[in-house]
Amino acid sequence: MKKTVDDSLAREFGLTSEEYARVVTIMGRMPSLTELGVFSVMWSEHCSYKSSRKWLRTLPTKAPWVIHGPGENAGVVDIGLGYAAIFKMESHNHPSFIEPYQGAATGVGGILRDVFTMGARPIANLNALRFGNPETPRTRQIIDGVVRGIGGYGNCVGVPTVGGEINFHPAYDGNPLVNAMTVGLARKDRIFLSAAAGVGNPVVYVGSRTGRDGIHGATMSSAEFDENAMAKRPTVQVGDPFIEKLLIEACLELMATDAIVAIQDMGAAGLTSSAVEMAGKGGVGIELDLDAVPQREPGMTAYEMMLSESQERMLMVLKPDRTEVARKIFEKWELDFAIIGHLTETGHIVVKHKGQVEADIPLDPLADQAPIYDRPATTPVVPEPLGPVHAPLSLDATLIKLIGSPDLASRAWVWNQYDSTVGGQTVRRPGAADAAIVKIEDTSLALAITTDCTPRYCHADPKTGGAQAVAEAWRNITATGARPLAVTDNLNFGNPEKPEIMGQFIAAIEGMGDACRALDFPVVSGNVSLYNETRQPDGSAMAILPTPAIGALGVLNDVEKAVGLGMQDGKAVVLVGETHGELGQSIWLREILGREDGPPPPVDLVAEKRNGDFVRQEILNGTVSACHDLSDGGLMVAVAEMVMASGVGCELESPDSGIRPEAFWFGEDQARYLVCVDNAADFCARAEKAGVPARLIGQSGGNDLILPSGVTISAARLVVAHEAFFPALMTR
Amino acid sequence: MKAAIVVFPGTNRERDMAIALRRVTGHEPRMVWHRETDLTGIDLVVLAGGFSYGDYLRCGAMAAHSPIMTEIRSFAHKGGHILGVCNGFQILTETGLLPGALLRNANLRFLSQDCHLRVERADTPFTHKWKKGDVFRTPMAHGDGNYTADQSTLDRLEGEGLVAFRYATAQGVVQADDSASNLNGSVNSIAGILSENSRICGMMPHPEDLVDPLMGGVDGLPLFEGLVEALVR
Repeated sequence: MKKTVDDSLAREFGLTSEEYARVVTIMGRMPSLTELGVFSVMWSEHCSYKSSRKWLRTLPTKAPWVIHGPGENAGVVDIGLGYAAIFKMESHNHPSFIEPYQGAATGVGGILRDVFTMGARPIANLNALRFGNPETPRTRQIIDGVVRGIGGYGNCVGVPTVGGEINFHPAYDGNPLVNAMTVGLARKDRIFLSAAAGVGNPVVYVGSRTGRDGIHGATMSSAEFDENAMAKRPTVQVGDPFIEKLLIEACLELMATDAIVAIQDMGAAGLTSSAVEMAGKGGVGIELDLDAVPQREPGMTAYEMMLSESQERMLMVLKPDRTEVARKIFEKWELDFAIIGHLTETGHIVVKHKGQVEADIPLDPLADQAPIYDRPATTPVVPEPLGPVHAPLSLDATLIKLIGSPDLASRAWVWNQYDSTVGGQTVRRPGAADAAIVKIEDTSLALAITTDCTPRYCHADPKTGGAQAVAEAWRNITATGARPLAVTDNLNFGNPEKPEIMGQFIAAIEGMGDACRALDFPVVSGNVSLYNETRQPDGSAMAILPTPAIGALGVLNDVEKAVGLGMQDGKAVVLVGETHGELGQSIWLREILGREDGPPPPVDLVAEKRNGDFVRQEILNGTVSACHDLSDGGLMVAVAEMVMASGVGCELESPDSGIRPEAFWFGEDQARYLVCVDNAADFCARAEKAGVPARLIGQSGGNDLILPSGVTISAARLVVAHEAFFPALMTR
Repeated sequence: MKAAIVVFPGTNRERDMAIALRRVTGHEPRMVWHRETDLTGIDLVVLAGGFSYGDYLRCGAMAAHSPIMTEIRSFAHKGGHILGVCNGFQILTETGLLPGALLRNANLRFLSQDCHLRVERADTPFTHKWKKGDVFRTPMAHGDGNYTADQSTLDRLEGEGLVAFRYATAQGVVQADDSASNLNGSVNSIAGILSENSRICGMMPHPEDLVDPLMGGVDGLPLFEGLVEALVR
């Protein structure tokens, strides 16, 4: 069937009428089907960031240790001893709803390629996941598929999955979030970029063959879901982790030679975006001969090949006299290798197929005249302070209920399906410390890695929520003893054409930017996922909670100094940071009173920095034997988590705080840590000198958690309550 | 001891194994690409974990037909020592160098967590640093670790004492209902077996991932220390 190129087809491809008119102006004629396809994916929200770019530019991206910030395939930071860490987080939300296993698996595959395309061996994966109401069968189906997909891909490629986070909320019912993060390691003088150079140099295609999967995937990710979402299953790609493993090894082997001029993975919008970006960044033209593209099925058109999102493919520009060296390496790894074009001086992308020119587009206007929108936004209204609340349950009954609730229950069922030890460098496995700790082989260096976001805070007050997400990530890295270095952000929001959603987005970025500046924690890479909404049967659209997921990384110069969160025997347990008893938007309020209201806890960035810098220095001085940051569930949940992690108990003192017990024990005040120390008086004296609030709250020992009331809960009973949720949910 | 680690395209625990071997021998083992055919001068061949050929068919089935496997068969027939861990164990059963087969885990999910192994034989090159009945902790990470064999093979394995390790509780108990300790559902709680001459050992868990206090313990180290002592020349 031959499609007629017109305004209506352009809109079917996701372009507005104004955008289509601009295409016709740039071309000076009617575009061909292939050309329209190229414009529509390059100008999709997913590839062009047309609604978000204006605001992303406000984020801080520089620091002395930043080697490459946003604009490359992933962010690059200097971690010392000549090494660089390369990392990024990216969403695969829409595909994961439609086809959870493949959606999540290819999400992992895509982010791995973003990292190894820069010359890094991937050394850690993490995942930030948000699911809908756990009570619905569809949510359980999605959890099952997503977890199997992440494991199926990550386990096979041999990259340990070392951390992540999971939240539940009905706002994700029709739109789960799958945000995958990869961290890689490279020599800092061996980093590969995507800007093509050298007119006449060959353009080489390696990896899997091109098929008809994923056509217009980037466009799908740039629109709301409706009741016909399932009809879009053909736009979901299918992953092959074995091929990815071969591609990693072959690319790294080739990168050890001097053959590569530029390299770029084929991700969203496949051959189109990789060719356009490489040539565009290099200021050269590119000519592709699609007859040479390795194809999985016969009869594919130029339009289909240019828009296919088949997985596990890379595009490279090689030095002409090195193509045979490269070919031999890819033959060794049994991967397709084809010279499919060359660089030109025309400044155009020219696509030929079967002797015909199927596309001939000037690259500069394709990039420079891409739409950019300053969309109308309404400023979010911050909720009124929470009034007086009553506490219906005893402290012990409350604690048991909270640690078994969906957002706080043990995630062991999930991470026990992910290989977390392959590579032999995992110093702290999931759940053993506030951040995962992965050693750099043959050095004393280690990376501390985390993902964080509290969507219910972001929903109530996007600016505070944005700042809190960054602050919590910084705190989690600090709590291991590591020095926080940089952030990758994965901004998941609803439809930006709605002023209230755009308002959430702008406010969240503002909060993130404030926190990143205050904590010297620049954003070096990221991804924006908009239109996370699902059309309801009544015609209204339900948006997700605003979810600016933060992935972050820090470095330990001496891995031996890292601490975990497991309670250590015979120690004083000291609370660092100030407690006012903030119950607005707390887990306590939601799980015990069934309310989701009030403002989130305020984020005092000066206190965050001061308290965190003090705690980190104490860890590095060797005075702290365990450390845990306080977040969801507050102080008593944090104590219980420390007890459960090691099986060592703790006797809590009764607080002399002037705060109601439920607020003292379950309030979610920020900038706080629990530490195990030998000498509480000395520690608190040093804290006072540094202007950091600190108070003794208990003594560790035995196997029980003993509450101030004298009520005793064994560590074993806590563990049973903590671990029941996931297995019970998933075996229904 | 000169050790060689065979690397198939999808092998992914060769670094872990190399680190463990280097720790006890003081030098890097030789990495042998699966298309090579020379094992001259090698005392120990190791088949490491991973997904040798993607393992979309049966785990290890395609690797069993790789060029290096002819050489490994001949190495075995000459009395060479072979350790197969995880995918390596699967390859050894597919090759017929060890009996039985490894099925999908009983719960049909990938299992990645610590388990406890009870040492059933302490008079082999792989196990002599332990005493019979000793228990050690080790990580496992597999989707297909559910060991099975026909009844006559099982009778022979048990009768001739060819079971090297069994999944057990931390106290070393192998219960009749072993679902809490034998997570993949292996018959008779079998975690590792030996060839008749005790020179080939296949096991599912990963002792090579627990050889450094920094990574959580050294419970796996005796296996490698034992091999170095036994294969000293």
